[in-house]
Amino acid sequence: MTEIDGLAARLRSALGPELVITDRQELRTYECDGLAHHKVVPAVVVLPQNTAQVADVVRACAEAGVPFVARGSGTGLSGGALPHADGVLIVTAQMRDILEISAGDERAVVQPGVINLQLTRASTPAGYYYAPDPSSQQICSIGGNVAENSGGAHCLKYGFTVNHVTGLEVVTPDGAVTRLGGRALDPPGYDLIGAFVGSEGTLGVATEVTVKLTRLPETVRTLLAAFPSIAEAGAATSAIIAAGVVPAAIEMMDALAIEAAEAAVACGYPAGAAAVLIVELDGPGAEVAAQFDEVVGRCEAAGAFEIRIAADDAERALFWRGRKSAFAAVGRISPDYIVQDGVIPRTALPEVLRRIDELAAANGVRVANVFHAGDGNLHPLVLFDDTNPGEADRAETTSGAIIDLCIEYGGSITGEHGVGADKAKYMPRMFGPDDLDTMQLLRCAFDPAGLANPGKIYPTPRLCGERPGRHRAGETADRDGAEVF
Amino acid sequence: MTAIDELTRPANDDDAVGGVPARLVATPRSTAEASALLAATRGLTVVVRGAGTKLDWGPPPRTLDLIIDTRHLSGIVEHAAGDLITIVRAGTPLAGIDLPDQLLALDGPAGATVGGTVATATSGPRRLHYGGVRDLLIGITVVRADGKIAKAGGKVVKNVAGYDLGKLYTGSYGTLGLITECAFRLHPRPRHALFVRAAFTPDAPARIRGAAVVPAAVEIDSASGELAVLLEGTADGVHERAVALEKLLSGDISEMSPSWWGVPPWPAGGIGVKVSVPLSAVPELAAGPDPVRGSAGTGVLYAAAAGRTEVERLRARSVRLGGHAVVLTAPPDVRDILDMWGPVPGLSLMRRVKDQFDPDHRFAPGRFVGGI
Repeated sequence: MTEIDGLAARLRSALGPELVITDRQELRTYECDGLAHHKVVPAVVVLPQNTAQVADVVRACAEAGVPFVARGSGTGLSGGALPHADGVLIVTAQMRDILEISAGDERAVVQPGVINLQLTRASTPAGYYYAPDPSSQQICSIGGNVAENSGGAHCLKYGFTVNHVTGLEVVTPDGAVTRLGGRALDPPGYDLIGAFVGSEGTLGVATEVTVKLTRLPETVRTLLAAFPSIAEAGAATSAIIAAGVVPAAIEMMDALAIEAAEAAVACGYPAGAAAVLIVELDGPGAEVAAQFDEVVGRCEAAGAFEIRIAADDAERALFWRGRKSAFAAVGRISPDYIVQDGVIPRTALPEVLRRIDELAAANGVRVANVFHAGDGNLHPLVLFDDTNPGEADRAETTSGAIIDLCIEYGGSITGEHGVGADKAKYMPRMFGPDDLDTMQLLRCAFDPAGLANPGKIYPTPRLCGERPGRHRAGETADRDGAEVF
Repeated sequence: MTAIDELTRPANDDDAVGGVPARLVATPRSTAEASALLAATRGLTVVVRGAGTKLDWGPPPRTLDLIIDTRHLSGIVEHAAGDLITIVRAGTPLAGIDLPDQLLALDGPAGATVGGTVATATSGPRRLHYGGVRDLLIGITVVRADGKIAKAGGKVVKNVAGYDLGKLYTGSYGTLGLITECAFRLHPRPRHALFVRAAFTPDAPARIRGAAVVPAAVEIDSASGELAVLLEGTADGVHERAVALEKLLSGDISEMSPSWWGVPPWPAGGIGVKVSVPLSAVPELAAGPDPVRGSAGTGVLYAAAAGRTEVERLRARSVRLGGHAVVLTAPPDVRDILDMWGPVPGLSLMRRVKDQFDPDHRFAPGRFVGGI
């Protein structure tokens, strides 16, 4: 019996055989996440139902020295939940209870498998919603959002997952269950919640999450502005921000992305637009009214040739349908494509887009641009046909060169999709050796054996070495889980 | 002369932390110089000092060889107005960051520096709308205990590349290394602001939340029984919301904040406590025997305690309500017999973090939770 067989047997007896998958065909269901061209079949998949079972699995992995990878809904786009061939994949999708919604505390307590949009739907009757809204919100899980520090179109105004998590229960890589924070802000000690959110499953598994709920805005107003050029749409974005307006969202699509969206969902955007902006404002009625006039004026001044204002929720949904479908829609106009995720300072937008055009032309591929213009988060879609020899390589080259552009302009290699397996190789271009070494000190504190999602984020793992904790005279005893006295 | 002699001067009578005198003081002028300093002084224990406005916060260090004073690590490195970000050196006074039309929405005592504000994660009235230090900090440069310079985050607001070490350093009380530069997101400076002042009633915070007026701050002072709400935005928007709140709370619209707004309730040299509770527990906390002042909007409030008994009563109450109470400052005789931090879930993980970042416990030994 191999080590993995022994581990699988132990997991079967701990969780019950129906929650442990070792059949090769069934395992293949889990071979990739949303980044479908990276595939690894895991050795074992477990479907824990509760925290105790997650802790059992992680403890068993720790004792056997077997790596583990946590997976929520598997919608991630950087291969963060890519399995380990000799490891255990811990799927949290069955832990999907909303444990509490407290309007009085403006908090919800959820299990990690709860779907992002479900939480918003469950909070709406009380007058609240969950603000972080990744485009995959209909299927992505809160646990995955915690791992990736997910953003979304509306994080320009409302922030990312990390700004909304106030409490976590985590299973650390030694199998211990630790509770951090809760409903109140600022628990004493290091901000381990802030460090854990966005750590892409490398510090442990979140098994319960306490999040802020946001009051539903009194008013939401949305406009769609069509521009004859990308540069003018970029200028409009800068002008809106310069006017002191913080919209809930400013999204941009270029002509190729619009073409794809039209083909897929017939969103009916203005014909002949080289770029469209979707600008959404929310808040108190009088505030929104004044700012909306300002936004309309700035779009007109920047050269918008048509501005549509959503008359109702249905029309707003139509504006958004084109944008939210854009990634998948590109499949209508290209057999293959790479979704890129990079960030630049917003003011560099027109210049960077011009250089992306040059890159595409030089490499003989097409690039459709969809982005969160308000915060400079680009999502270029590099289109190619894998049946044409060499085209996939040229697309990959283009996609990588776009990331280099983001770094050159002082931005980031990822704004919301994460580093995962896909972008670890770019980390040394954005950070120096000492930066990466220092980040991994945190990894060593949580996971000295390096079993939690190994091979992700950092291209070169740090050897943690033995660093026994020092407990000098004067240090008080551990009071983990201390009770109310 | 040795490297240490070149980089430091002997301490004088003012160079003490919590009554513990230092031997040496250094005032590095750059991150590189700070790096050389920390590399040259291995084995020496260090406390970082900004303007010293919160040097009495936290327990005193167990030992102290060297004070690193950040006064010469000062100035704005970059202000990209169009991108709504700024990068500032740690020793820069908050008051010195005066950006036209834009706002770095950090609250701290008069004179406080950027580094001290980040290291203690101060929390003031505007946190409700703008977020706290952890929400505004987007990038950080630190010098480690071994002198190595490390950066995390960056200068764009949206960025998930690598661990966000800025969060870890925020509120770490100088125990993980020397912060030398911070990048922050900025907000447009609001064009108009009004206060609505009213009597504090137990149901007022919930009614304000229910009114969807999006206040920038909701502050209460239970000793005076007052409540004040700050509204910011456009002239029309602020006025309309203020009128609605004035009616809702039977209050008065004012252009002036109350005198207690953002002012710590404890006297100089007294016992200052920071209390945080879930939002629904704020009225019960405020109804207790210990007066509190602070944000009913975020649940982070402050109290002055007369002595150890009051601290323990307040802490027991806060913990029972689902929150925490941390003693920020206390006179030496009280401090020595108090547990300033209270119960700390996750402490063993925190010790492991400290052991990794500062294996010899050079930085502020004993100043943080559990004697870290």
